[in-house]
Parts: sequence; structure tokens; C-alpha cells
Amino acid sequence: MTHSAVSGWRWSVLAWGFSLIILIPIGVILSAWITPEWAVWRHLVDTLLGELLFHTLLLLIGVTMWVLILGVGLAWLTAMCRFPGQRFFDWALILPLAMPAYVLAFSMLGFLDYGSPLQGWLAHQFGPNGYWFPDTRSPAMVVFLFSLSLYPYVYMLARAAFLGQGQRMLEASRMLGRSPWGAFFHAALPMARPAIAAGCALAVMEALADFGAVSVLGFNTFTTAIYKAWFGLFNLTAATQLASLLLLFVAVAVTVEQQMRGRARYFSTDGHAPSRDRIRLRGLPALLATGLASLVFLLAFALPVGQLLVWAWSRLDLDLDGRFRDLALHTILLGTGAALLATLAALFLGMVRKRRAGERATRLALHLATLGYALPGSVLAVGVMLTLVWLGKGVDGVFGTATSGVSTGLSGGILALLFAYLVRFLAVAMGPVESGLERIRPSLAEAAHGLGSSSWEVMRRVYLPMLRPGLLTAILLVFVEVMKEMPATLLLRPFGWDTLAVRIYEMTSEGEWERAALPAIVLVLVGLLPVILLVRKTGRSGG
Amino acid sequence: MLKSLLMATTLVTGLLIGPSSSFAAEEIVIYSARKEHLLKPILDAYREKTGVATRYLTDGEGPLLARLQAEGSSTPADLLITVDAGNLWHAAEQGVLAPVESATLTANIPETLRDPQKNWFGLSVRARTIVYSTERVKPAELSSYEDLADPKWKGRLCLRSSEKIYNQSLVAMLIARLGEEATEKIVRGWVGNLAVPVFSNDTKLMEAMAAGRCDVGIVNTYYFGALQKEKPNTPVALFWANQGGNGTHINISGAGVTKHAKHRQEAIKLLEWLSTPEAQQLFAELNMEFPANPAVKPHATVAAWGDFKSESLNVSLAGKFQTSAVRLMDRAGYK
Repeated sequence: MTHSAVSGWRWSVLAWGFSLIILIPIGVILSAWITPEWAVWRHLVDTLLGELLFHTLLLLIGVTMWVLILGVGLAWLTAMCRFPGQRFFDWALILPLAMPAYVLAFSMLGFLDYGSPLQGWLAHQFGPNGYWFPDTRSPAMVVFLFSLSLYPYVYMLARAAFLGQGQRMLEASRMLGRSPWGAFFHAALPMARPAIAAGCALAVMEALADFGAVSVLGFNTFTTAIYKAWFGLFNLTAATQLASLLLLFVAVAVTVEQQMRGRARYFSTDGHAPSRDRIRLRGLPALLATGLASLVFLLAFALPVGQLLVWAWSRLDLDLDGRFRDLALHTILLGTGAALLATLAALFLGMVRKRRAGERATRLALHLATLGYALPGSVLAVGVMLTLVWLGKGVDGVFGTATSGVSTGLSGGILALLFAYLVRFLAVAMGPVESGLERIRPSLAEAAHGLGSSSWEVMRRVYLPMLRPGLLTAILLVFVEVMKEMPATLLLRPFGWDTLAVRIYEMTSEGEWERAALPAIVLVLVGLLPVILLVRKTGRSGG
Repeated sequence: MLKSLLMATTLVTGLLIGPSSSFAAEEIVIYSARKEHLLKPILDAYREKTGVATRYLTDGEGPLLARLQAEGSSTPADLLITVDAGNLWHAAEQGVLAPVESATLTANIPETLRDPQKNWFGLSVRARTIVYSTERVKPAELSSYEDLADPKWKGRLCLRSSEKIYNQSLVAMLIARLGEEATEKIVRGWVGNLAVPVFSNDTKLMEAMAAGRCDVGIVNTYYFGALQKEKPNTPVALFWANQGGNGTHINISGAGVTKHAKHRQEAIKLLEWLSTPEAQQLFAELNMEFPANPAVKPHATVAAWGDFKSESLNVSLAGKFQTSAVRLMDRAGYK
């Protein structure tokens, strides 16, 4: 007992040490408060702050609501029910994950906006003002597009949770007299809560930190204010101060997530027993299920991909060359490296948390380590940049290397970029790893310990096999995230390390959406590979 | 599983770190906010002519400047190429550029298109002017930016977002000439005349105009050129604003040599070459801009838009008044 207590302490220290490294860039950003930029704040309070808060809140509530409805609803339908097309939608509904929000935004706008063929046709039929059309730049449209782009996080994690619950528990609750829907609300949903909460938190943080999509849609949020302070008012300090406020929003979101996970712990007994006995939908319910799934798939994936293909086709001769191979290769390499690093880190932190679950301090350290996801990429990138330059200069100072030595190597090298990805996407890897860990009964490990296994053996022989789906999900999720990431990649990439996202930026920054379509479609295709792999590995049970 | 995870991580990280540490020493290093497809052909031409190789990194102006500042004396960058005088002015203000004394540059680039302190030099010129629907507006009804605030344009004006620096510079130049009070009145007038919410780019604005959503707007000339090339039948035309007064608002893309350049002489030579007729032709033509060097004729498509009188104030004022412009636009409710 004493032995395990001591090693437990070591775990905590390690967890804190690791979290602190992750926290340095965030600390650098917070240190902007040393010189508060009151003039900028005053200006914002006088002019924009009300609208910004309202918009950000709207995004927070609207996106949460809709990703929950779409994500959980569709996951339940495809995992537990049978309806026409269910097998197809089971995996197809994850595909939008490969589509960055900014790409969805500009392709949908291209499809729906005033100059689009659709509106052209309508105007031709009914006259320029003779028909009603949803306002493409309204808050409702923004929430709608974000929900379409972000629901897959909830869908994917909820689906895995539903599938993992196994059949016996549901059968039991059915036998106790619950209707199928009663079993859903009283047994399946509460058990899936950690996974759903994790997915929801990811979606919300992503929406709050987004800049690309909101700037395409002309919707002012905190991130647009951050960029205004930085690029418009030439005040990076004020920008980072604003960015630190975003962290406050996220602290709230994370607390809510923890509350949602609740105190209760649920452990699965029968692992991945496939559910043979799906609820068979007939008549109107079946029609509704197929209709809803088709509509979501159409809007979130088929339509934007179609638009991109049309654009890409028209520019093929202009832009397609050998460089695309390099762009794709860089994207894949960076994605893989970062995904593996982040997943290892998440596994480590998750284990510490599992072992030291009761300690407030350890829990706090782990929370802090995931904050990076909520910061706009370029602000975080500047934090990482400053950290590494400072470190590099320190090393240069100590060892007296020439000025172009270690410092440039650190801040201009691939390590800087990987580090930034780690800080930013640790939260993404934590979600699936933690919800996987939570479902493992502590008594299993205790039993193994009792039988004389070392911690290492328990890890290797008990935890890892059971965690396999969770780890895989983490790796693939981070891969997709890194692939879609734009601002940090732009600022920190070494010379020659252009990725597909960089290429998209080059085109969209001057509004050439049609030319951005080709790299965007390649990005979606590259992103589809891990998504399909993910679907296969997390099981297509119920066949 | 854990072992393979660890091994894979080590392998991939090693693979990533390995090649990137190699650094060719004798190349001019450029940080550029001008996009790759507008820059590469020029640098290729320079290499062909002189044998001097270059490396470049593209990003937005803000992040590039932040990178330059963070790197300080250890920066690998020799030359900063960016778009908009406001950004160049700010880079100089932050002390990341070093003045260049060059007779070639002062001879080739007009005085209003370069920094009085010689930190940066304009390389191409774009005008931000009025576009109108040829179906619903007669050119005789148009005159100036100020006039677009007139109630006769109520519900007929399209504007791009004030987040874009091009609009910030336009308003900054209005402030430089007319003062804050008069400018704010104009901007409030624009906002009151808007037909639809602001756009995120100039092309979408002109497409909305063609679709009948509005009748007048303000865009950069090269966007108009691109649209004209793509859809020649679009019923939208250019109008040179403020010809009766101070001239049409112009802006530049330009470059400056960094303070801690490791290849300062080579970078100056490249900058000088960029101001010469042979480079100017290509540099402007790639983006349908006007050459900064007055001895060089613009491309035929661009020349077809006609001669115009351009703003006579130095473009650096756009930087000086940019902060005021942003605040003014926020106050006036220009999103």
C-alpha cells in the first residue's frame, strides 16, 4: 500500500510537470495582462462588446443545442435502430468530420449566395425580389453551419458509447418494463453521458475559437474582435488579453461538462457485444429517420463537396501540378506525428487522473492542460513562438552558440509546430481516451494488482486492450484536426512545409474561393481516409 | 499496443525533425504577405537572370510581423513583402525594417509610393474605387466616395466588411484629408445607405450587384479585372472616384529590408531589381495591378480602364490614421 502511495505521488508530480510545459504558451498569453490596454478595452466596451458577448453566447447555446440534437439523435438511430439506409448512414454521417468549418462555410455560401446559380434561377423565375430566401449572413445561418460542421464529434463519440454499452443492459431495462424510448432516456443516455459531454465540449470550443468560418460569414464574435485588435488596431497585447477572456468561456464550458458527466460512474460489463436486437422502425418513423439522416448528410457533406468539385473542375488546368503531392504528404506527416504525440500525452494524463481521481490538485492540472483548444490558433501560435524563442535564446546564451543557432532551430523548426499542435489538440485526444478509461472498472486493475502484477503489466495487459478503440479514435480525431488546422500551421511551419490548409489560405485570403476548391477537395479526400478507418475500427455491429 | 504507439511516435517525429534542420545559407529569405502564386514567377525570373536563389514563407501580414518581432536578431528573414501601406507603415513603426539608401529605388518609385524614412518602397499600385450597375446607374450620377453617403443612394449601396484593411486604409486617407468629424459623417451615411449586410470579399459584392441587390459599391480594381475576365457580361463597370478633387484612393503592395537581415546587400539588389521595368511589368501584371514605376505601362486590360488622377497624399498616411479609422468605423456601426 505504501509503495503504491509513493508511486502515486510521483505520478502527480509528473502530471503537473507535463501540464506546466503545455501551459507555458498559455501563460505567455495571460502575461499580456501585465500592461492592460485600457484604451482598447474602453473602445470595445463603448462600441462592440455588447454585440460580441451576445453573438458568442448565441453561438455557445445554439451550437450546443443543435450538435446534441443532431449528434445524439442520429447516433441513437444508426446504432440502435433499423431503418432504410441505416447501414449507409452509420458511417456516412461521420464523413463531414473531414470538412473544415471554413470550407463548409465558403462552399455553402457559394451555393446559396446572391450570385449563385440557385439564386440566379430563382431571380429568373420570380424576379430579383419576388421570392423569399434565408439570409445567408444571419446568426441563424451561422449556428446552422457550425452545427452541421461540428455535430460529428458528438455523433461519433455517442455512437461508440451506444455500441459499447452492449445489449444486456438495455435488455434488462426493457425487461423491467421500459419502452424502447424509455430504455434510451433512462439507461442508454445516462451511460453515454461522459462521451456525449466530451463531444459537445469539443464542438463548442471549436466554434468559439473559429475565425475562418465567422469571417467568411461576416459574423462578429470574440475571435473577430481579437483579430481586429491585432491587425486593425495594431495591438497584439490587447488581442491576447481578449483571447484570455475566451478561456473564461471555456472554463465555464468545461465545468458544465464535468457536471454533466456527474458523480456517478458507469462501467460496462459485456464490452462490445454486438446488439443484435435493433429497434425496427416502420412506416412514418422509418421515413422520418431516413429523411433526417439524408438531409443532414446532404447539407453537411454531399452538397458542399459537389460545389467544391464543380469549382475545382473549372480550375484544374490552372492549378493542378506536382506540388499537390508534396502538400498532401506534408499534411499527412504532420497530422500523424501530432496525432501520435497528443494521444500518448492524453493516455499518460488519463492514467494519472484515473489513479489520482480524488485529488483536486491533479484534476486541476489536467483541466488546465486542455485549455489550448479554446484559443484561436494564431494567438496560441504566437504564444508558442515567444516561448520557444525565449527558450532558444536561453540556450544560445548558456552555450554561446551563434545567434542563428539553436534559437532559430527551435522557433523556426518542426518541433515548434508539433508543440503547438500538442497544446492545441490535447483536449481532442483527451475526450475519447478519458471516456474509454472511465468505462473500465477500477476493480479490474485492483484484481490484477492483487494478483501481483506491476503497474506496467496492468497497463499493458488490462488497460490497453480495453482502451484500443478509444486510443484509435483519439489518434484519428487529432489527425483530422491537425489536417484542418490553418493559423498555427501558417505561422510556425518551417520553410517548404506548406500543407493543403496553407494552400487554401493562399486562395481564400483574397477571396478566390473557386481556386481554393481544389486544395479543399484534396484535403477532404485525405481526411476521409482516417475517418473511414475510424468507422471500420469502431465496429459496424448489428449487421 | 503501447510499444508500437511509442515506436511509431519516435519514428514519425524523427522523420519530421530530421530534414527540416538543414538550412541553405546563401539564399535570400523572404517573409511575404503577397501570395505564392503572385510571387513565385517573379522570384523564378530573378533566379534565371542572376542565379540568386530565394526562399519564402507566406502568411498574413500580422502573423509575419509577430514572427519577425519574436525572432528579433535571430530572424532568418532578409526581406518583408506585404500588401497595403498601413501594414508597411506599421512594420517600420515596430522597428523591424532598416532604411535603404538607393538611387535606383528613389528614381524608380514615385515619392508618394514610398516611405519618407526609406524603410519601405511600393512595388505595385491598386486603386480602390467605385463600381456601379450599368443597368440601373448612369456614370453622370456618380462623383466621389463622399457622395455615396448621400441619401439618394439609400438602400442601393454595397460595402465590404470594415475588417478588411483596404477599407481601413480608404477611411484613414479620408481622415487624413477631411479630419475625423467629417469622415465619421460620411461613414455613417454609407452605413445608412447599405442595401444588404457587408460582404466578406469584393467579388461577392460585385456578384450581388449583378444579381440586382444593390447599385453602387467600392472595390479594388484587380477584383474587378478578375471578374471581367471570368464573366465578361457582368453588368458592372468601374468609375474613377474623386476625379474632380483629390483623386482616386490608391494603395500599394511593397517591401522593405529587415533590420537584422543576414543578406542585406543581396536583399537590396533584389528590391532594386523589383523596381526596374522588366520586373515591374510582371509584378503588376500577375495581379492586374498598376506598376509603381511610372515609366512602365500597365497591361492592356488594366490600361483599358482608362487614365485617372490618383490620390496625391503619401500612402504612408494610411498607416498613421489606421487606428483612428478602425475606431471611427466601429463607432459609426460599420461592421
